[in-house]
Amino acid sequence: MTRLLDLAPLLAVLASATAAVAIVFTGERRRNLRETWTVLASLAKFGFIAAMVPGVLAGERYQVVLAELAPGVSLALRADPAGLLFALSASFLWIVTSFFSIGYMRGAEEHKQTRFFAMMAVCLSATVGLALAANLLTFVLFYEILSVATYPLVIHKGSEKAYRIGRQYLVYAITAGIALVAATALVYHTAGTLDFQGGGFLPAGADRGTLLVIFLLFFVGFGVKGGVMPLHSWLPNAMIAPTPVSALLHAVAVVKAGVFGFVRLVGFVFGPDLTASIGGAGFLAGAAAVTIVLASFIAMTKDDLKARLAYSTVGHLSYVVLGVALLTPTAMLGGAFHIVTHGAMKIMLFFCAGALYVHMHYTKVSELDGVGRRMPLTMGAFAVGALGLVGIPGTGGFVSKFMIAQGAAESGQVLVLVLLVVSGLLNAGYLFPIAIRAFFRSSPEHTRYDEASWFMVGPIVVTAALAILLGTFPDALFGFFGIASQAVASVAAGGVP
Amino acid sequence: MSQLPVLIPASLLLFALLAVVAGGRDGRWAHRISLVGAVVAHLVSLVGIATVAGGGTTLRYALAGWAPPVGIEFVLDPLAAYMTGVVTFIGVVVLVYAPRSLAVEMPGKERLAFPAMVLLLAGLTGMCVTGDIFNLYVFLEIAALAAYALLASGDRGAPVATFRYLIIGSLGGGFYLVGATLLYLTAGTLNMADLHARLPELVENRAVISAALFMTVGLGVKMALFPMHFWLPDVYTNAPSAAAGLVAPVMTKVSAYVLIRLYLDVFPPGFVTAQLPLASAVGWLSALGIVYGSVLAVAQQDYRRMLAYSSVGQMGYIGLGIGLANPVGLVGGLLHILNHALMKGCLFLIGGVVRHRCGITRIPDMRGLGRVMPWTMAAFVVAALAMIGIPPTAGFFSKWYLLLGTLEAGNWWWFAAIIASSLLSAVYFFRTVEMIFRHPEDGDWAATAEPGDPPASLLVPVLILGAAIVLAGVLNVVVVNALLAPAAASLGG
Amino acid sequence: MTGDLSVARYPYVFIAVLVVIGVWGMVMKRNLLKKVVGMGIFQGAIYLLLVHGAYKAGGAIPIHAAKLGLEPDAYMNPLPHVMVLTAIVVGVAIMGVALSLLVVIHRRFGTLDEARILEMLREQG
Repeated sequence: MTRLLDLAPLLAVLASATAAVAIVFTGERRRNLRETWTVLASLAKFGFIAAMVPGVLAGERYQVVLAELAPGVSLALRADPAGLLFALSASFLWIVTSFFSIGYMRGAEEHKQTRFFAMMAVCLSATVGLALAANLLTFVLFYEILSVATYPLVIHKGSEKAYRIGRQYLVYAITAGIALVAATALVYHTAGTLDFQGGGFLPAGADRGTLLVIFLLFFVGFGVKGGVMPLHSWLPNAMIAPTPVSALLHAVAVVKAGVFGFVRLVGFVFGPDLTASIGGAGFLAGAAAVTIVLASFIAMTKDDLKARLAYSTVGHLSYVVLGVALLTPTAMLGGAFHIVTHGAMKIMLFFCAGALYVHMHYTKVSELDGVGRRMPLTMGAFAVGALGLVGIPGTGGFVSKFMIAQGAAESGQVLVLVLLVVSGLLNAGYLFPIAIRAFFRSSPEHTRYDEASWFMVGPIVVTAALAILLGTFPDALFGFFGIASQAVASVAAGGVP
Repeated sequence: MSQLPVLIPASLLLFALLAVVAGGRDGRWAHRISLVGAVVAHLVSLVGIATVAGGGTTLRYALAGWAPPVGIEFVLDPLAAYMTGVVTFIGVVVLVYAPRSLAVEMPGKERLAFPAMVLLLAGLTGMCVTGDIFNLYVFLEIAALAAYALLASGDRGAPVATFRYLIIGSLGGGFYLVGATLLYLTAGTLNMADLHARLPELVENRAVISAALFMTVGLGVKMALFPMHFWLPDVYTNAPSAAAGLVAPVMTKVSAYVLIRLYLDVFPPGFVTAQLPLASAVGWLSALGIVYGSVLAVAQQDYRRMLAYSSVGQMGYIGLGIGLANPVGLVGGLLHILNHALMKGCLFLIGGVVRHRCGITRIPDMRGLGRVMPWTMAAFVVAALAMIGIPPTAGFFSKWYLLLGTLEAGNWWWFAAIIASSLLSAVYFFRTVEMIFRHPEDGDWAATAEPGDPPASLLVPVLILGAAIVLAGVLNVVVVNALLAPAAASLGG
Repeated sequence: MTGDLSVARYPYVFIAVLVVIGVWGMVMKRNLLKKVVGMGIFQGAIYLLLVHGAYKAGGAIPIHAAKLGLEPDAYMNPLPHVMVLTAIVVGVAIMGVALSLLVVIHRRFGTLDEARILEMLREQG
């Protein structure tokens, strides 16, 4: 019997895809109507996903099988806790980004806005599609769409440099995509199925060499999007895109698709046991640890605000990878929850950077002296985000980092604990100075209150509130923490998640 | 119903003749009649597909009432129905497109070009449905002659390129005929089914072995199997766009189909795999061709030449399917016949549109075209993504089956060749995509052009093919289950 | 008779030589017209192969005669002859297209020397 909500995963994907078509046909001349589509689609998308939350928390699974993609593999969507967590986070942040984009794109008088809004909508469709994919092939399908749909956004500026960076982006993204396709073919050949299962579905008795090849191909496939060193270098460059893209795609949707891929890989393809026995866990944890430390150091050297945030993103994505690679349920929970908390905090920091750029034409950290007096809401939110990323109690970042640390302690990984403390300090080292400059230095230019447009400040305040809420009452809003717990539990429970 | 197999090539031959007669007075009537002929043949093919889908039924027709194996037999099984469907579909689309394009590229000669196109379709569909290896030769040369006429009417270098194609093509056709003759002299029959029944006792016969060799080489030339591909790039580069748009998507593939037909349904099981390493030789040459074609495509500056080298590589995918000789691999190769026909047809027609509208054929000159003709270029992006193999476009799925096939065969080199060529096609197609979506600069064609896609008769075929690329991807399982899996089932497994 | 190729090998050797000469002409000759001549020889060799395959020592031409009755062994095999006739028609058509292409080429380039034509095409870009 088909329940109405079984269609919700499909509707969530289609909402923004339909909007993309509507946006293209509405065009530049009727821009208010065009932006209405974006806002409506983001609300509808979030509505469809949020509607599934109570059911999923109660153990229901909504699924829809669309068509057979290849013999034995269907194009199928299924709302399990892990996927729902990512989809919920991405779609909620799309709502705030929609408003922010309108303010930003109009404020900065950007060209080709129709293409921008249409491609954003396509990207979100792909993100939610891969989050709710029931099997690896569906996942790969949306992953590739996401790769391609991001390209026009990266080259949006249309300068020679933008095309060069676009080329670099494509080299990384297409290589990753092809690695993923090769890995998926190998998985199908080895396991005879591609359906995700809690605890993995690859047979433990399979050839170790093949398993290693599969794992490495997946590492390339997900590592590129997830910004794991040495596959990260496209990400800071991709900041040439408009700030809403940096905020939503290169802090939440696209890059999180990579780390979410690691969640699926370790939790639902290999399973923690097999990941450990082929040595994949140590490899992943090592790569993540190196990335966290190096990215933090590089971030300190950057004067460009978006570049500094980008390296911060590179580092924080690896927290998720690290949490997953530690394999204990607590650490995995921390990693999964960090997808949500980091998403909320980092998107807000990028919003701040965008507001500074549109309103003051500031792009560099060194220009920010005293700006806190002129734009107190923006910079206040920035300070909250900085505290959150460092992991000060009371913010979302504390909860997720603490869980990872607890997981590390449970499994006796002292080095990881040290790493977490050190990286927290490094985070403070590159984020606090920005807030300190803004509030504790004075500048003759900034004497009176003069905030950016409410289209931008509104989303900033909302995400800042979310960052605090996630830290104080992790389960209050949409039950993020509960979903994350169930996601981790579904790994251990086995069977179809 | 039983006349259905012969109806496809016969109706096309009839309409070709009518078109010549009617075209004597008015070129527009030549076009109308040709288009009607292609549509009729396509509808008949669709009825055929509906009849034989799923395997089990095979339509057989004995020509002029002479019962096989003495008479010529026409056979419509799932594989033949699939091929006629592909060939006639491309035929209809290109015939819709042709008049406007040919009016620019070969003015004054269109009225004979349309019947030649229909004749080409007649030859190709004839090759697909005939059950007689000598009759196949005749259809092969009919198709070849029509193609020579079409291709030679292109640019300045076209007659030279076509002449070289003619020489090498008739060598290939001749080799096939030598093989067919040897088979007849040894087994005493020309009927494919009869040969299949008689050849098992003759597998050690040297005449049969050399027949297999001759036919493989001959068809290898015709299907542009590396290193016998050298005729192809010049021909595709110089041909009129509509002719290239018809020849490139289907012609080499029908030769590949004939090779598959021979290996599956004429020679005994295991003859070209276990006894003679012919299939794997085709596979290895294809793997080399995939890499070679992709590398050379990267180096090209001329749009059509890039597509031509890409075709050399893409034919390799079909060849890999032959070489793998397992069901899933062969399904991949066969599915690529459809997919590549749609993709290459779309790309060549887009090349024609660009040439028609702007007189451009070089990729660096295409800067900024995305702004000028957005719908055409949207179709280009879809086709390019399919060529790279991005899901859910068609190109992904044939690669998927082929990848599984190489894994089943345990052949990592072929696996690597598919992966490498995907990366290389990403390089040469995204290079073009980037050029198209750049801002036009002063002096570029696009900087001064009024925005505007071409007229509907050029745009609609391009968009139909673009949509078909996505549809064929999403619905690939339908095609595979109905037509291809039954054909590949005889490989066992 | 039809199944055994080893009895009378000489005709096959002769045909093979003709095939080699023809292919050599088609591939190696620089003059395009000589390539066509090579193609003619190649085609002729294939016709001979077919005609030879139809031959039976002592066989009559395949027209029904009362004194020979309906005994198949008494007649030569008619089918290869039919095939040869068809193949000749095909061959003539190809030859015709080839020659007409040569006329176009000669008009356009003033020569039939392949190397010089290719050079001209390259210079033109």
